[in-house]
Amino acid sequence: MRRAVIAFTAFLSGLVLLLTAPAQAATADQGLRGTLTFQGQPVNGVKIVVTTESGQPVAQVTTNAQGTWQVPVEKAGRYKVTLDVATLPKNAAVRGGNNVRTPTVYEGNMSTVLFALQPKGAPGQPAEEAGGEGSFWTQAAQLAFEGLNLGLIIALAALGLSLIYGTTGLTNFAHGELVTLGAILAYAFNVGVGLHLIPAAVIAVILAGGLGYAQDRFFWGALRKRGTGTIAMMIISIGVALFLRYVFLIFFGGQNEAFAQYTAQPGIEIGPISAAPKNFVAMGIELLVLIVVGVALLRTRTGKAARAVADNPALASSSGINVDRVIRIIWTMGGAIAALAGIMLGLSQNLKYTMGQDILLLIFAGVTLGGLGTAFGALVGSLIVGLFIQLSTLWVPPELKSVGALAVLIIVLLFRPQGILGRRERIG
Amino acid sequence: MDWVTIISTTVKAAVGVETVLYALAAIGINVHFGYTGLLNFGQAAFMAVAGYGLAVTVTVLGLPFWVGIGVGLLAAVLLAIILGIPTLRLRADYLAIVTIAAAEIIRLIFRSVAFKNVFGGSDGQRGFSDGFYALNPFPEGDYGFGWFTFNNRVTWVLFVGWILIALSCLIVYLLMKSPWGRVLKAIREDEDAVRALGKNVFSYKMQSLILGGVIGALGGFIYGLAFASVQPDIFGTETTFFAYTIVILGGAARVLGPVVGSMIFWVLLVLVNGILSGAVEAGYLPFMAPTQVGPVRFLLVGIGLILLLVYRPQGIFGDKREIAIDAR
Repeated sequence: MRRAVIAFTAFLSGLVLLLTAPAQAATADQGLRGTLTFQGQPVNGVKIVVTTESGQPVAQVTTNAQGTWQVPVEKAGRYKVTLDVATLPKNAAVRGGNNVRTPTVYEGNMSTVLFALQPKGAPGQPAEEAGGEGSFWTQAAQLAFEGLNLGLIIALAALGLSLIYGTTGLTNFAHGELVTLGAILAYAFNVGVGLHLIPAAVIAVILAGGLGYAQDRFFWGALRKRGTGTIAMMIISIGVALFLRYVFLIFFGGQNEAFAQYTAQPGIEIGPISAAPKNFVAMGIELLVLIVVGVALLRTRTGKAARAVADNPALASSSGINVDRVIRIIWTMGGAIAALAGIMLGLSQNLKYTMGQDILLLIFAGVTLGGLGTAFGALVGSLIVGLFIQLSTLWVPPELKSVGALAVLIIVLLFRPQGILGRRERIG
Repeated sequence: MDWVTIISTTVKAAVGVETVLYALAAIGINVHFGYTGLLNFGQAAFMAVAGYGLAVTVTVLGLPFWVGIGVGLLAAVLLAIILGIPTLRLRADYLAIVTIAAAEIIRLIFRSVAFKNVFGGSDGQRGFSDGFYALNPFPEGDYGFGWFTFNNRVTWVLFVGWILIALSCLIVYLLMKSPWGRVLKAIREDEDAVRALGKNVFSYKMQSLILGGVIGALGGFIYGLAFASVQPDIFGTETTFFAYTIVILGGAARVLGPVVGSMIFWVLLVLVNGILSGAVEAGYLPFMAPTQVGPVRFLLVGIGLILLLVYRPQGIFGDKREIAIDAR
């Protein structure tokens, strides 16, 4: 099905190319291409001019609704690609200020040309006269908003990880793959089957919950019965992660994808913050789910049982709680909300088979910061990690933003290994 | 299918460059995990700092090859100390998370644009191996017998690599027979008991971390020299996980376990790759694309790791009582 989709889009783009450049006999197997995104959103209608190195015009294109552009070229060699700054959204600028690239095209290869966009007045852009106190705070507000968004996604994933750790002692290195699983399932129903994203997401979350249940029923539960040690289980979870990751790679492929809906939404501005409406809705859903889960943990019998088991499984068992049932419920719920985290992540960024693996360490950072095995600690820790990551880009280059979060993880373990909300005994 | 090529490349893999560098990484992990019970998930970082230490010293600073080796080894020792001070007091699973995080920090810094002048960004560094090949005593030509034939450059790398493996195994063997090694194994079995006997557990763990890290660093050198380049993404978490698979496959806490494990691991990987690509090319597997062969074999690594730990955690040579896979 996906192959059909790809073939169809390839056919369409081929058609477009034929229409725009009828005189060119170039095959599309070598050329230049790129994707423009601004604050996670594709940028539509930006003019890109491609010339040869000596200045002979080759083609002039504009980015489509997905923010992508593509120029086939006849000969391999160096080309000059100029982005028309006047056609950018008015609050965006090219990072570093340089709007010309000179990439090399190799025989039979598509070269990707990168234009990183950032809000005007951001650091790393020398030719900007604004940049006073006001723009710093505007930017800080914007980053705090993005950080909150990321933190909520991490929190969704972290909650399951932390509760699974608390109840079974398993440090699950495959939890990142559960996040990816949710996104890929939703993608399969969305793009593959052709459902709208919302029903597709609902089906994906339900399915992922079912798979979480099955994973515990047929795999982890069986291992616990065999008396497998926790460290053995941790290494097994690495095996599971490798297995799932490469299954995703085989079926999904190594490229970036986006959902069929909500990819290109024009941003709206609320105070200093500009973001697509989908981000506000996504954050609302994330908050709602976290609150519901939190209330369920505090108020319902099962929730109380779950916290009791996480606290002390033996004691919980001897006071009449069915520990296996509680663990199974936690796995089901953990799988479902991890899938939701994946869908939200896919909505705010792109889908990739390593997307879960990439945030796994951030999830661990959130969980450890809050205290391994505590439910509410994971929430607080994740929000702090998300905010910290985005706000740190005020001072450090964005590519190094995760470094700060991981460094904080190490520093927390140095001074307060039980985390913010954990208790001292947990370090053992 | 071309069975001769498949079998000859498979046989070659038993002594090849990958086998050598993963064997060295795995011997280091064996010192950490097999003998001391330290769950170091950051072995790739030790390889990375060694490879980059050599590369940056030679290319950026323009110093001779031997200084680069010295810088690489020093970097590995320093990394062990910096990593060990905060983490060695932690429980096994915390240690695992922290070491994996530290390894990712190092990889992200190596590949960052901010330090591109020093580390070369995601392209890495190249052009630092001339000093090594200048020492090559093998004149131009092919060496070996039968299927084990390599050109003079590869022969030199493998020659040095297998000497390093032999030396590392000898050192591990002698140390683990000594009173020092017995303390390490005692720490693996019961840390508190060792502490009660008046031993400085932290210091022993630190020495173990340094020793294993330095042996892993040798693997980093071999990578850099054999491929005449270092790239940051080579030293990702999966490198560490493959090395763990190798240790568990061969048998943890056995001197030759990691070496045999590495040989079997790469032989199987190359064999599966050869058979699958051959079958895909010949059209026996119409549902598979050639690009899917690579993922399939790593998928099998995942399954292999799961099955090993479930059914035979001691691997081929190990002793079940000696494996540190229960939480303490």
